[in-house]
Amino acid sequence: MTLDKIPSGRPARVVALEGSTRVTLRLMEMGIVPGAPIRLIKSAPLGDPIQVCVRGYHLALRVADAQEIKVTLQGE
Amino acid sequence: MSAVPITNQAASSSQPKPLLIAIAGNPNAGKTSLFNALTGLRQRVANYAGVTVESKVGAWKLSDDLPPAQLIDLPGLYSLEATSLDEQIARDVLLGRGHRMPSPDAIVVVVDSTNLVRNLYLATQLIEREWPVVIALTMFDLAERQRLVIDVGKLAAALAVPIVPVVAKHQRGTRVLAEAVLSSVVKSATAPDKLPEGNTTSQRSLIDRYRWIEEVVAESSSRGDEQSKATTSDKIDRILTHRVFGPVVLLLVLVLVFQAIFSWAALPMYIIETVFNALSETIRSNFPPGLLADLLAGGVIPGVGGVLVFLPQIFLLFLFISILEDSGYMARAVFLTDRLLRILGLQGRALMPLLSSFACAVPGIMATRTIEDPKDRLTTILIAPFMSCSARLPVYTLMIATLFADRTVLGHVSLGVVILISLYLLGIVTAVIVAWILKHTVLKASGSPFVIELPAYRLPSFGNVSHTILTRCGLFVRKAGTVILAISIVLWALAAFPRSPAGQSTSKSQAAQIRNSYAGRAGRVIEPVIAPLGFDWKIGIGLISSFAARETIISTLSIVYGVGADSAGESTTLSKTLRNARRQDGTLAWTPLVGISLMVFFVLACQCMSTLAVVRRETNSWRWPLFMVFYMLVLAYLGSLVTYQGGRLLGFS
Repeated sequence: MTLDKIPSGRPARVVALEGSTRVTLRLMEMGIVPGAPIRLIKSAPLGDPIQVCVRGYHLALRVADAQEIKVTLQGE
Repeated sequence: MSAVPITNQAASSSQPKPLLIAIAGNPNAGKTSLFNALTGLRQRVANYAGVTVESKVGAWKLSDDLPPAQLIDLPGLYSLEATSLDEQIARDVLLGRGHRMPSPDAIVVVVDSTNLVRNLYLATQLIEREWPVVIALTMFDLAERQRLVIDVGKLAAALAVPIVPVVAKHQRGTRVLAEAVLSSVVKSATAPDKLPEGNTTSQRSLIDRYRWIEEVVAESSSRGDEQSKATTSDKIDRILTHRVFGPVVLLLVLVLVFQAIFSWAALPMYIIETVFNALSETIRSNFPPGLLADLLAGGVIPGVGGVLVFLPQIFLLFLFISILEDSGYMARAVFLTDRLLRILGLQGRALMPLLSSFACAVPGIMATRTIEDPKDRLTTILIAPFMSCSARLPVYTLMIATLFADRTVLGHVSLGVVILISLYLLGIVTAVIVAWILKHTVLKASGSPFVIELPAYRLPSFGNVSHTILTRCGLFVRKAGTVILAISIVLWALAAFPRSPAGQSTSKSQAAQIRNSYAGRAGRVIEPVIAPLGFDWKIGIGLISSFAARETIISTLSIVYGVGADSAGESTTLSKTLRNARRQDGTLAWTPLVGISLMVFFVLACQCMSTLAVVRRETNSWRWPLFMVFYMLVLAYLGSLVTYQGGRLLGFS
């Protein structure tokens, strides 16, 4: 599952980042590395960008970039 | 770089030169607050050679018997692998690769204690360089409220650097920080060898670094109740970034900002104008008529007034911008509007500059500073003057009052209102097209990542807000003001030379003066060029003078037509005169079509030296302002040409 697809509010964990663009590197530097706790909060009124919570802080990123982030849901 | 005074007691014990200390850290970590707390008002803005990025330099008194150190506030960065220009500059200074900037003697890394893991990523990269590093732990009060307990001693031992908790607002910890910095500098008197350049981080080492930091943080801190309940910030976000309420609130905020710079600024601007006009009048009536009085009353005083008249708008705009930035709302506004502005090839941060340009492009262009991507920023600067600013309004109203008064369309709608709205729309549509073209040609997207942090909401601090306003106003007066003043005097000279004989200041002799001046001659020289737009040489003089500032055309026309610029009912008499004015061949000089053509010209042309001066200052070269004035002039000419010739083909006059 990718970050843009998970139900909002459900805790998840980063599994892997695909792609090796500058955006990927930037996202990793900002703490989105495999194993990091992450949560989708909501998407902007026009569906893009999305707001996520990673390691306890909030971040806005575009859907196209979120599609590169593989996550797995926690609990259940 | 200005020298900081050196006291002689220190000469024996320490370096003869003041220490150079850099503050680095993630964006939103509290760098600027700490910088302001450490330096107070002893700071100034420095531009790096050849680029638009600026940083603040201030004097920091480390101890009583040492000369104050130079403290540099660097742009925020997340890692040493820079992506934006801001970050590249911060990194180069930190690594001692900065051009014309010596490497710092010590680095204060600001670490947000509510977001330890991510903030320590940059910190550990810097620590590894074996440079003297001291960590300033900010937001400590916030961490306590979140029941986050940090064992500072344990963390410092694990990272092998001194860590000082600070609360910038209350000056808590600043003394200890100064001591820690001093002792870290003394300890490493010999600078370590620089590490080889260009060792890019592989994803593997990045992940390993995070893993290591996670372990260190887990051992030295404990969270009370992680993520179990929503913070205040989350609750505020439920409304402010809500699908429906979010845009509504944003719209209200924007209306407020727009209203403020459009109408609240009107009174102080009016006062400034009145005072300077009165000053000119006093000089004219009390000085013997001649060149000096004319230079003062016609060139210098209006020039200074023309600079200061912008201050109310700049003050208000930056008051709002700094409050919105400092509170954390600006990031939300960007979040909400990014998708919409992406259609134009721009991004969310272009919203505020473009909106404020409807009041005045000068503060609008200054506000583009918040756009990190240099190409997005430049595109925004280049299209900002298409937003119909308040200086165009008097020109539009004069034209409408003269040529379209009391006419209605579709029954009850006043034709003037329809024209006015069309002019605003023309500007917006042109801006969209030009932005699209620029983004697909000279300013092709550089693909810089759009990832922005949405920091926790907090009350804006009075200190930070007033610092921002003071800096911006000061910079405008010093950097743009001098250019505006210089051009004012040049334009005055063009209208004042060569001198006409005999100097009673009747409106007739004034008209003769301007007709025979260089500006008047130029008006006649360009007549063949502007004739296809429907303009005669009198309008030509007005056009030339309007490149100082758009509304100048009104006073120039008053002088050229001998109406007298200072009568109370100026615009009505001017309207009457214009309506009856005839050319040499007996035809009317001002037809409705001429009026429309002139207004189109005013929508599209960049007739504002203040805008040019501010673009020069913001882009640090004359290249872009010259490009701007040229391409907008071409567009204005073509727009007017098509309007006038097309109108005639369709049978209008």
